[in-house]
Amino acid sequence: MQRRLSEARLWLFGCAALAIGLSPLAAAAQNAEPIRIGVIGEESSVAGASLTKAAAMAAEEINAHGGVNGRQIEVITYDDHSSAADAVRAFQRAVSQDKVVAVIASYISEVVLAIEPWSARLHMPFITPGAASNLISKAVHDDYDHFKYTFHGWLTSAFIAQAICDYAKEQLVGPFHLKTAVVMSEDAAWTKPLDEHYLECLPQAGLKVLDHIRFNPDTADFTPIFHQIEDQHPDVIITGISHVGVQPTVQWHDQQVPIPMVGQSSQATTSTFWKDTNGAAEGVITDTAAAADVALTPSTIPFTQTYVKKYGVTPAYDGYTSYDMVNVIAEAIERAGGSTDPDKLVTALEATDHVGTIGREQFYGRDNQFTHALKYGPGLVTTVAIQWQNGKQMCVWPPDKANAKISFPSFIKLHASAE
Amino acid sequence: MRAVQILVDGFAISSLYALAAVGFTLIFGVSGVLNLAHGGIMVVAALVGWLAAGELGLGTYAGTLVGVVAGLITAYATYLIVVRPIQRSRAIRPEETEIFVLTGTLLWGIMIQVGMAYLFTDNPVTIRPLIAGVVNIFGVRTPANEIMIAALSWAAIGLLWLLVNRTRTGKALLGASMNARAVTLLGYELSQLYLVAWTIYGVLAGIAGVLLASFLGVSTTNAGQLTASAFSIVVLGGLGSVSGSLIAAYIVGYLETATAYLIAPTLRPIPSLILLVLVVYVRPQGLLGRR
Repeated sequence: MQRRLSEARLWLFGCAALAIGLSPLAAAAQNAEPIRIGVIGEESSVAGASLTKAAAMAAEEINAHGGVNGRQIEVITYDDHSSAADAVRAFQRAVSQDKVVAVIASYISEVVLAIEPWSARLHMPFITPGAASNLISKAVHDDYDHFKYTFHGWLTSAFIAQAICDYAKEQLVGPFHLKTAVVMSEDAAWTKPLDEHYLECLPQAGLKVLDHIRFNPDTADFTPIFHQIEDQHPDVIITGISHVGVQPTVQWHDQQVPIPMVGQSSQATTSTFWKDTNGAAEGVITDTAAAADVALTPSTIPFTQTYVKKYGVTPAYDGYTSYDMVNVIAEAIERAGGSTDPDKLVTALEATDHVGTIGREQFYGRDNQFTHALKYGPGLVTTVAIQWQNGKQMCVWPPDKANAKISFPSFIKLHASAE
Repeated sequence: MRAVQILVDGFAISSLYALAAVGFTLIFGVSGVLNLAHGGIMVVAALVGWLAAGELGLGTYAGTLVGVVAGLITAYATYLIVVRPIQRSRAIRPEETEIFVLTGTLLWGIMIQVGMAYLFTDNPVTIRPLIAGVVNIFGVRTPANEIMIAALSWAAIGLLWLLVNRTRTGKALLGASMNARAVTLLGYELSQLYLVAWTIYGVLAGIAGVLLASFLGVSTTNAGQLTASAFSIVVLGGLGSVSGSLIAAYIVGYLETATAYLIAPTLRPIPSLILLVLVVYVRPQGLLGRR
């Protein structure tokens, strides 16, 4: 009888001790609810795959340093197969099923423009790390209360064009005596504002625009286009290509078109481009977020090296921005006192002043026509211009970051307009 | 000047279209199969050729050969895994077999496209030109590789013609395309003839794939377009007629090139599609069609 009583007491003490011992754990488990961020990319595209990988890497690093307010970040990735319809479905799933607090999505403007109204309807903060269309931020400006949840974590097409014009004026027009240009772009959502701005800023940079060619993004044979351009004898071809890249570049090289190609060629920003074109990329100049060996900020090169070690290739331009945007979201949550309430998060995001891998990132406010787009300018984000030389991307602009001189292949004949 | 440019540029692309279309129409003519995985087979040949030439370090020529072999293997896979089982299946009614084969090859083509995109991404790849440099043809600066491609395409088509018209197996193939039953009465094994047909097809599609990669570049997203292109050409030329496909390939190739030069590069695919609609309206059997 006495033994049973003492057994019972032992049991009682044991349970009480266990309960007391476990209660802080229980409380901690409540606080340790992870912060979920949805990341929608395009796994079968070089740029789209880069953005999900970089986001995952960013989350790992933040978690290794204790997370955000003690909470871990959990990145949930989706593949939209470059389809706007699939992307919208993924977005809806991320919000209603997977209960994310923010979404980072896509580098394709058509996809981002399709998601934007859903971000508004579902009150879900949403950042694109790679799309360029002006319309993304313009929508926020024109109907702020509705679209304020959308942020544009890359430069708008207008600023990309401006960067290229600035670069052309400083590095090409003067030193190489270039006078005329032909604009050659793929017919897509992001190039409409790009080309509009090219036509404005190129003359201001000293280049007369002789012709403006927009081609079907499904074009495989660029011979007629190059012949058409060559017939007009411009000094330079200013490009706006993203969906295509390998084919026009290889054909430009094989046909020995004697005119340099400069501008935005998104595929040329990736390290696999040299192999994909079997070296035909030699001499191509493109604008990009960051270059492999150029320390735009203290975190540029460490990020690139860690990424290469982990994934075997350099990040595409939207890998840099995707990584930065995860950090931007994490900082915004901290600024909002740990709250992930959409409206508070939006206010916190608007106050972003983050030195990322591509520069100092801040968003434009309601007073600017590109509300919530990344600010462009010296001291902020300027992008860099790189030229492929001997299998490597060499930085040729801005002057303070350049590590090489411009050098064109032998079949390029400058001063074509002088002939 | 512009006319010469169109003549020269159009010739190479038309030759490539011809090579691809001839294989497509051969398979239809002989075994009644509309192979909608056609583009997929070409894409596999191109991607594997690029991989072998570059990554695996085999160099351009060996890489190209490996690519052709890969195309052949994929053609065999298409026949043995998709087409033949459906054709032999007792669960499908005889009059519905063709539809099932069509659907089967379509799905198989999509599987190839998505699978390849997973392995290679959808970035286009190119194979280094077999001959580097440019030549001047009547004042038009043309890559030497283009001429080589046109020559190779015609050599392949020429060999095919020799095979079909001058060898016993070839004539049996021709016979099988006219009346399969009669050919069996003559003592030929139909299943062996089909294998021969698919072998020829695989080699042609493989060559077309690697040449296309060398000339313009190929990505997994081209698969559907290549099939559609071959389909239009073959319908225009007449399903089952090899010479019809040849002529149609040049019509379509030149129409596209002329459109790109004279009207707008954006509108390139339009006229051949309009032509296809007209053909189906006015002369559904195509130019030289038999079936």
